[in-house]
Amino acid sequence: MTDPILELAGVSTDIAQYHILHDVSLSVPEGGVHVLLGRNGAGKTTTLRTIMGLWQARAGAIRFRGDDIAALHTSDIARKGIAFVPENMGIFGGLTVEENMRLATHDGSFDRDRLGRIYALFPALETFWTKSAWSLSGGQKQMLAIARAIIEKRDLILIDEPTKGLAPAIILSMVDAFREIARETTILLVEQNFLFAKSLGQTVAVIDDGRIAHTGTMAELVEDAALQTRLLSLSLDAHQ
Amino acid sequence: MESFNSVFERFGGINLLPAILALIAFVLIGSPSTWVTLTVAGLAMGMMIFLMASGLSLVFGLMDVLNFGHSAFVSFGAFIAASVLAALAAWVAADSVILNLAALFLAIAAAALFGLIAGWAFEKVIIKPVYRDHLRQILITMGALIVAEQIILAIWGGSPISVPRPHFLSGSLIIGDVSIELYRLFAFALGLVAYVALYVILNRTRVGLLVRAGVENREMVEALGFRIDRLFVGVFVLGSALAAIGGAMWAGYETLITAAIGSEMMIIVFIVIIIGGLGSIEGSLLGALMVGLMGNYVAFLAPKMALASNMILMMAILLWRPYGLRPAVK
Repeated sequence: MTDPILELAGVSTDIAQYHILHDVSLSVPEGGVHVLLGRNGAGKTTTLRTIMGLWQARAGAIRFRGDDIAALHTSDIARKGIAFVPENMGIFGGLTVEENMRLATHDGSFDRDRLGRIYALFPALETFWTKSAWSLSGGQKQMLAIARAIIEKRDLILIDEPTKGLAPAIILSMVDAFREIARETTILLVEQNFLFAKSLGQTVAVIDDGRIAHTGTMAELVEDAALQTRLLSLSLDAHQ
Repeated sequence: MESFNSVFERFGGINLLPAILALIAFVLIGSPSTWVTLTVAGLAMGMMIFLMASGLSLVFGLMDVLNFGHSAFVSFGAFIAASVLAALAAWVAADSVILNLAALFLAIAAAALFGLIAGWAFEKVIIKPVYRDHLRQILITMGALIVAEQIILAIWGGSPISVPRPHFLSGSLIIGDVSIELYRLFAFALGLVAYVALYVILNRTRVGLLVRAGVENREMVEALGFRIDRLFVGVFVLGSALAAIGGAMWAGYETLITAAIGSEMMIIVFIVIIIGGLGSIEGSLLGALMVGLMGNYVAFLAPKMALASNMILMMAILLWRPYGLRPAVK
């Protein structure tokens, strides 16, 4: 196992008077896709938002390549090479697809080779390049959100429930895209869709009620139906 | 059969509203020369209101900040410009267009400079401590407005101040039996230049791209690596300077000003940004033109309804489009 690119050690996060994360410790190895699973309200999104500095951790350390980033401003965390694709995709609907992408570059210019690879992954973006992002379908918006995260090389991409509300055919194309992206970047994927998660994940952590309930390899979890039932209250069969 | 909405959109959609308003007024007024005079006055008034409103709309859209103190910049802009014009009375009254223009430029520049500096200080001292707290924003910015009015009273006194117009703008352009004040044409042209400049900045520059994105989703802009709070300071300062320029132009339009000029305009400015849709320059322009035209037409047709007319306009538009004509976020 490689050195972790991201480590959370004893992270607790409050939102107003509510304690959402309790002493969360998590290690994300460098390279590949790593999954954070959990039910609605378990604390998955809060974990990602805390890593990005959008909500401040009350306690604990968040280390990215060994540097504690817990107290940094969100923009400084992003500049360290962490991209974030939120659950609502964070698309700027009033901007064109091109403007959305341009905004994610550090100097406003595109690497044409990289852009070509993104077009190959998500052909719809080239088709709608000059159109307003409002005009895109849900799946196309998700493609744009992911493409924006990889328009320049990032070390880590945090993706929050990318399959939510998408048609099965689009989810299948996402699997291929994520595999391609994971060749050069580490992905921390938050999901509820176990089928999607198991097709991509190398490691998995399960969060429940703001606490990490399990960590291990995805293969172990896939092979252990009893563990799935205990952790997710769902068996793999139930999804098939 | 094609729906009314699609036909309306094909012919320009909501951009046509000021023209439709002008057309209705033309029928009601009857006299073409009166209509032209009122329309030019309405457009000029609209452009000056646009100057005052555009910054406030962006400030609200970008940071969700309710700044009732915005009109203090309008008031100070008006009084500073009036003082500069009074100090340069010889240039203002001279037959030379160059001297007239120099006096006017210096008056507007002094107002803008005040807006830039005071806007920066206002954001640091008054606004920054109350981000994300609307109640405290309203209280503290209303308090700041009262303090600003008292400062104006202390410096310039309570009597109305006369504002001299540069000689070359004091006449009227006569075409047939139509008389158009030159100052109104100048105010319209200046507002148009400001709109085009803002449009270019917002649509053709990276800073503008960030502002437009920030109005929609400031959190995501930060997650892309940009400091929205620093961008906001720039927008706030620019908005304050535009308000001061608007105040300077309004002073010349009214020719007699009091310390209450800003708070009187504030209601109109809020109506404009609500009609236009928050965070949108195009919306602010549309709203300002409609308010300017409506105010002038109704003042002629039914003077007793002049004050209420813009409120009625706002209510009608909000019933039709609850987020305004052209909101930045749909």
